[in-house]
Amino acid sequence: MTKFFTSSIGQKFFMSITGLFLMLFLIVHLTINSLLLFGDGTLFNQAANFMSSNPVMKVIEPILALGFILHIIYAAYITLKNMKARPKGYKITTKTKASWASKNMFVLGTLIFIFLVIHLANFFWKVKFGTVETVMVEGKELHDVYALVAGLFKGWWWYDVIYIVGVIFLFLHLTHGFWSAFQTIGWDNEKWMPRLKVIGYIYSIIICGGFAFIPLYFLIKYAV
Amino acid sequence: MNKLDAKIPEGPLAEKWSKYKATQKLVSPNNRKKLDIIVVGTGIAGAPAAASFAEMGYNVKVFCFQDSARRAHSVAAQGGINAARNNKNDGDSVYRLFYDTIKGGDYRAREANVYRLAEVSASVIDQLTAQGVPFAREYGGTLANRTFGGVQVSRTNYAQGQTGQQVLLGGYSALKRQVGTGKVKMFARQQMLDIVIIDGKARGIITRNLVTGEIERHAAHCVVLATGGYGTIYYLSTLAVQSNASAAMQAYRKGAFFGNPSFIQIHPTCIPLLNEYQSKLTLMSESLRNDGRIWVPKAEGDKRKPKDIPDEERDYFLECRYPAFGNLVPRDVASRAAKERCDNGFGVGKTGLAVYLDFRDAVAKQGKKVIKNKYGNLFTMYEKITGDSPYETPMMIYPAGHYTMGGLWVDYNLQTTIPGLFAIGEANFSEHGANRLGANSLLQGAADGYFVAPYTISNYLADEISTKVPSTDSPEFVEAEKEAKAILDKFLSINGTKTATSFHKRLGNIMWTHAGMQRNEEGLKKALVEIDELKKEFWSDLKIPGKMDEINQELEKASRVADFIDLAKLIVTDALNRKESCGGHYREESRTEGGEAMRIDEEYSYVAAWEYQGDDKEPTLHKEELKFENVEVKVRSYK
Amino acid sequence: MKIKLNIWKQANAKAKGRFEKYELDGVDTEMSFLEMLDSLNEKLIKEGKEPVTFEHDCHEAICGCCSLYINGHPHGPGKETATCQVHMRSFKDGETITVEPWRAKGFPVMKDLMVDRNAFDKIMSAGGFVSIDAGQAPDANSILVGKIDADKAFDAAACIGCGACVAACKNSSAMLFVAAKVSQLALLPQGKVEAKRRALNMVAKMDELGFGSCTNTGACEVECPKGIGIDFIAKLNREYLSASFSEAE
Repeated sequence: MTKFFTSSIGQKFFMSITGLFLMLFLIVHLTINSLLLFGDGTLFNQAANFMSSNPVMKVIEPILALGFILHIIYAAYITLKNMKARPKGYKITTKTKASWASKNMFVLGTLIFIFLVIHLANFFWKVKFGTVETVMVEGKELHDVYALVAGLFKGWWWYDVIYIVGVIFLFLHLTHGFWSAFQTIGWDNEKWMPRLKVIGYIYSIIICGGFAFIPLYFLIKYAV
Repeated sequence: MNKLDAKIPEGPLAEKWSKYKATQKLVSPNNRKKLDIIVVGTGIAGAPAAASFAEMGYNVKVFCFQDSARRAHSVAAQGGINAARNNKNDGDSVYRLFYDTIKGGDYRAREANVYRLAEVSASVIDQLTAQGVPFAREYGGTLANRTFGGVQVSRTNYAQGQTGQQVLLGGYSALKRQVGTGKVKMFARQQMLDIVIIDGKARGIITRNLVTGEIERHAAHCVVLATGGYGTIYYLSTLAVQSNASAAMQAYRKGAFFGNPSFIQIHPTCIPLLNEYQSKLTLMSESLRNDGRIWVPKAEGDKRKPKDIPDEERDYFLECRYPAFGNLVPRDVASRAAKERCDNGFGVGKTGLAVYLDFRDAVAKQGKKVIKNKYGNLFTMYEKITGDSPYETPMMIYPAGHYTMGGLWVDYNLQTTIPGLFAIGEANFSEHGANRLGANSLLQGAADGYFVAPYTISNYLADEISTKVPSTDSPEFVEAEKEAKAILDKFLSINGTKTATSFHKRLGNIMWTHAGMQRNEEGLKKALVEIDELKKEFWSDLKIPGKMDEINQELEKASRVADFIDLAKLIVTDALNRKESCGGHYREESRTEGGEAMRIDEEYSYVAAWEYQGDDKEPTLHKEELKFENVEVKVRSYK
Repeated sequence: MKIKLNIWKQANAKAKGRFEKYELDGVDTEMSFLEMLDSLNEKLIKEGKEPVTFEHDCHEAICGCCSLYINGHPHGPGKETATCQVHMRSFKDGETITVEPWRAKGFPVMKDLMVDRNAFDKIMSAGGFVSIDAGQAPDANSILVGKIDADKAFDAAACIGCGACVAACKNSSAMLFVAAKVSQLALLPQGKVEAKRRALNMVAKMDELGFGSCTNTGACEVECPKGIGIDFIAKLNREYLSASFSEAE
């Protein structure tokens, strides 16, 4: 097993497992975020506060962070190693048919990482350590995260742009990452690979479409 | 005085091999690690032999000129490999395979060797299967079989149209396994330059490292040549462009007799010559003749598209002439029939040097899917080269030089006339007589490598257990290296105007014209003169660029062409001597009224083994009389 | 037709290479690409110039010798095609054709367009076989192999070891090559016995020799002259993972 951690397939396995884990997280994240679209924000605030105060989430949070960190570290390490496998490149760079996303996962990953930092600074940091207004809901004092989100997206239009672009990067990353993760853990079925690719697209469209809709929603809602 | 002793064991045919194995000398396992064997060539004979020797415990050094053992040209064999397993319940048996091979070889092969081949054939398939060779299977999981030319049973095992590749990779994987254990030392990218003989026994080889250009000396207790055939003598052939006769010629010059050099098989189904630059004629497997029908238009010079020619205006000449075997007559018969039609003006295509191989009926009857399953890769290959799809329009085919039945003369032990020098697979002359049956070449190579040489080599090495491997500093090695180097230096110093390839092309042309599918005394004599002239020109006007101590592909070519020129002369000499027609050797002077080949058994029922006498001297002919005690020698008829 | 060639020239493994420009007139569209290079070499030799070193042998797309990276594609244009099957009809009159050697750490350039693919042999020696000596084999019909498995194993076994997969992959990964051998033998009952050991050892050797990892771009399967698919890579992944989790090392 020790060899497993250093072997090329072993390292890819961790990329795949962490990737799948993060994809699960995205589903949860979007589900909660979609509450932004309903009502006056009370529902969302309740959910957001539940997520940040729930003891189970206290355990899951560091695991999630670890998932991100491992995914990023392994990606950097593998990419570096893979670059070394071709010390001299071609004059005519390969014209081989392969999706742009599949060949540029690290670039996409890096862009998503930058987006992630902005995103964390905007929300996570502020909720965790900053001063977020509070509201009283059903007798409890809750962070008014809804106001934070709404304020950001209606106040500064370039944030809307950043978020939408970030989500596009994520979309490209996911279109390859989804089926690729299954390929790496050995889902070797000729019938299922094309299906997984389709499911991957549907998943990416729903997730990214959903995330992209939120800033647009606020922009449109308050612009009118 | 007859120097030739084939050392065939006494006793009834069916018991010879088991008797040999029961009484041969053995080397005990702890002595085997003291004995070294050199194997040259890693095809379907060399790779299994090397692996098997190592499995037994011998130390093996293996040489090939390619970058990897897996590239040996056995890889290109397409159709299949025979085995007398009676899988189809259709009357096959060891005797039947033996009989078919002897008859197919036009009664010019040695009975005992052929019987042994048939005897071990089933084990060869077992061995290959166990190695993971994915032979075609029936739905129930048992081996599938197909039919090949010249036989009336279905005994050919296959892996689509890539049987040679799969069978070779089986041997290659066994070899790689032994390289992993360290019992085999692999020397790739090495060209053999000479054999070293010490006290009358083969004790090593001289090679050129094709990467550094260094000349190397390698010593061992014995040397096994598995260097394949010399079909590239015609320049254009179905062989790989680097396949060569050099090792065999080095052995010949050192005293090994050359058996039946003129027995060369012309394969009937190859893609015809398309342009003057072509360096190779691509083979289309004989298995295609299972379902394809060969025809030409009945009218001379009919230029209509094939699909516009109705059935009654088509001449299915093989089916008409040979009703019993139809399109599946042996290769020599099919080739000559095609040439005869083309020579008489019925040929098709741009050059008129082609006949149709038509799958229309097979596709209609069995469906495209079934045909694709059987021949998919061949059809694709054909389409890539010619741009035509055989599903839509008939293939055009023409005969081309293919396999050489001739080779180094060996006895029952597969030993040449030089003690300690063995020749296996296509490199030797033994099993196929004057014509090889389809799917017997992979069989013979693999049989020699897995199940014959491991026994006979032990029989030889049993007397060598107290002999030390000779030092590579011994005078014989020094001398051999000096001579080999002198020749290479000579190539580089001529500094003429013509490339090695241009000489090869011209030699090929001479040989195809005068010593190809049809031969006659006048043409052969003319060929001798032309070869001599070419040789003189070669040694005075050759141009080889580059240096000795670097990768120099032109230098490699030059030494191959030099050997081909000498071999060409030997082939013609042998063809002149044999005034009968038999198998692939067709002398126009010896034919029946119907134009069929006519053997002259009273005079030529022998193996012609040629002994080298010097560069400018005629070789001496030795005859090994062939005795047929177990088959009736008949006129070979496929009608 | 007339063509311009831009060919990588490198005197030996240590030398620094460069691109050399050539022009060739009177090229026949029926010529194969290799025959075109032959005729270029004939011309160069006659002019007293150094010919271009490149590898080729069988001209039937089965030996796997040829290794030319033509205009951005291993083995040049065409699907499921080896270099020897590329014909000049695939190019335009006056076109510039750039020919490079395979580029990978595992395949160092030896001279011009010739690379050292010995690494593949080493990977094979690490486990690409069934451990059975001559003479030990059971009757071939006693090992029943269903037609579907036999055919699938054949599809994997069709690999010619040319290295186009490595050349095409941006990571110079040898996964398709290894996957083909591991899958072929794992699909057959004969090979199952040591399937785990084989997967572990071959992958370890592949990593050791400096090939990159598979990032599932699929470039290899597009360029493979035998059309071997990346579903075999998934199979290799599974074989390797299950071996890693169960085999006691």
